[in-house]
Amino acid sequence: MSEIEFLNWVRGPAFEIATVIFIAGVVIRILEIFLLGRKRNLAEAKGSEMSSGLRTIVSRSIPDKNTFKRSSFKIVSGYIFHLGLLVTIFFFAPHILLFKEVLGFSWPSLPTAIVDAFAAVSIITLIAVLIHRLRDNVLKFLSSTEDYLVWLLTILPLITGYIAFHRIGMSAPTLLAIHILSVELLLVAFPFTKLMHTFTLPIARWYNGAISGYRGVQS
Amino acid sequence: MSASLEKGIKALKKEVDSTVGAFFSSCVNCGMCAEACLFYTESPCPARTPINKTEPLRRIWKQEYTLIGRIGKMLGLAKPVDHDFLEHWEKLVYDSCSLCGRCSMVCPVGIDITALIRKTREGLAAAGHAPEGLVGATKRAVTIGSPMGVKLPALMAQIKHVEKDTGLKIPMDQQGAEYMLLLSSMEIMNFPEFIEAIAKIFDKAGVSWTISSEAFEATNSGLQIGVSDIAAELVQRVVDAAEKLKVKTVISPECGHAYMAIRWDGPNLIGKAFNFKVRHILEVLDEFSKDGRLKITGKETQKLTYHDPCQISRRGGVIDQPRNLINLFAEDFVEMPEAGKMNWCCGAGGGVSSNERADELRLKVFQRKKDQLDVIKPDVIISACSNCRIHLEDGLEEYNMEIPLMSLTETLAEHLEE
Ligand code: SF4
Ligand code: SF4
Repeated sequence: MSEIEFLNWVRGPAFEIATVIFIAGVVIRILEIFLLGRKRNLAEAKGSEMSSGLRTIVSRSIPDKNTFKRSSFKIVSGYIFHLGLLVTIFFFAPHILLFKEVLGFSWPSLPTAIVDAFAAVSIITLIAVLIHRLRDNVLKFLSSTEDYLVWLLTILPLITGYIAFHRIGMSAPTLLAIHILSVELLLVAFPFTKLMHTFTLPIARWYNGAISGYRGVQS
Repeated sequence: MSASLEKGIKALKKEVDSTVGAFFSSCVNCGMCAEACLFYTESPCPARTPINKTEPLRRIWKQEYTLIGRIGKMLGLAKPVDHDFLEHWEKLVYDSCSLCGRCSMVCPVGIDITALIRKTREGLAAAGHAPEGLVGATKRAVTIGSPMGVKLPALMAQIKHVEKDTGLKIPMDQQGAEYMLLLSSMEIMNFPEFIEAIAKIFDKAGVSWTISSEAFEATNSGLQIGVSDIAAELVQRVVDAAEKLKVKTVISPECGHAYMAIRWDGPNLIGKAFNFKVRHILEVLDEFSKDGRLKITGKETQKLTYHDPCQISRRGGVIDQPRNLINLFAEDFVEMPEAGKMNWCCGAGGGVSSNERADELRLKVFQRKKDQLDVIKPDVIISACSNCRIHLEDGLEEYNMEIPLMSLTETLAEHLEE
């Protein structure tokens, strides 16, 4: 297979397969949750489930002062790399072109230099996150192979993307193919790992807020 | 309560619902919940991280209710849920957790970890891995009617004393009364002043109330141990009594888990909405005060602080009422750091205090409360749960601190306008 053929395969059939697995997997996982059902609460309500649930979806993004003090590294690093991912995935001009192809609409991009900086900072932060995970007693104890796998799958597209953009080492088509392949790995693993929290987090936060809000406490 | 592994697994399966699915799917193993839990911060063993306490339930959810987990199980990759495993988890689930709810307020993805631990207890109890002390209390609750073995004659004896001291009649089994009061065994045996306080306050407020001789026990050890059918039976006794006496409101006394059991879990346990209201005594007193039925005179000049019982504040939603009431008589009321919905547990809730094996740990984690108290150095601590009160006294003694405890209801009664 030539370089170009490889790139075409990665861009074409491989990408389609990965996307289908991703979408079908996510849908199955979400259905798996909702099909379990939930009993109606029979106690007399003191507050609204809906509004407290919605509020918690937003409010849980901002930790209270003392929680921030106790877990500042986790919170700051978490914010940085999530923001970095958001910017590099959704505001890099070539990515937006791809989204336009698939979705049919687009949005303004950020200057390449800015996206580049976000990518670099995210990579550094993710490395720091891994070191923290390997050194912290609680995290060492909690972490399973899956946690490290998910870390790898997240950082790979950032690194390969960074290398492809700066054309370090190999020729451009190969670098691009490797980058796309790393994204496909991420997509395929996504529904079956912790990466799913991207979609289930609002559901979990809503339930948390609803359970608490029903009793009249904003969680 | 015959127990078996099969029953344990069945009980865990019964607990799985969409909240469980959403919660477990969202955990990113960030470890932030550890820092929210006094059983970890004061005794840092990574196994005590809140989310780890839910592992038995997580395994069942994953193996039985997710596609990938079921495939794994078919390939023989599933982690076992057997007696050894559950036995190992018993100490984490019962001795190292007071169901205080603090972790649920901190988890960044919004997992109600406390609810998951509560559900995990159902499985452990059914499989026969619940602490002896709690099993005993639960058996007594079913056969005698009270976890401490307090029978009606004991209550009647206390009531006689109260009637003599106050000159007021304690209305037993009075049909059509507005309020029906529940009591915790702890109050009957250790704090009969509580009954006296209620008698005086309700007399002054001019409202009718009663105690049922058939259902006066408010605590629900079925709930603490995690056996839903027993918990339901205990709730049903209260419901029957309330319906028989046709009362409008049932009052939960100064006890945290009693309030959780009857107010929030009760109707769900018996599968039927109540046709009466349930209020915590502090909610009732705050209403009296707002209606002008509670007239308070005189001030306490000492520096007072309030310890939030977890099940009443964070898990129960009664946060402002105690503060409104304290301000009726307090000249110098100071809040400890993180007071209110983020307050720290005393360490004895959720059945921990009925579990002798946990005594040492319970006193160790009291360090958290001590640190909070050291910041404000109060003269008196007020609380609204007799279980908290007893443990606070224990803890203060252990750490050589001399701070007296006061019950909010009793203090209000002392300040009633003549
Ligand atoms: S804080 Fe929440 S997401 Fe983090 S480890 Fe604990 S349960 Fe999991
Ligand atoms: S409920 Fe309280 S005691 Fe139990 S794990 Fe959570 S923070 Fe710890």
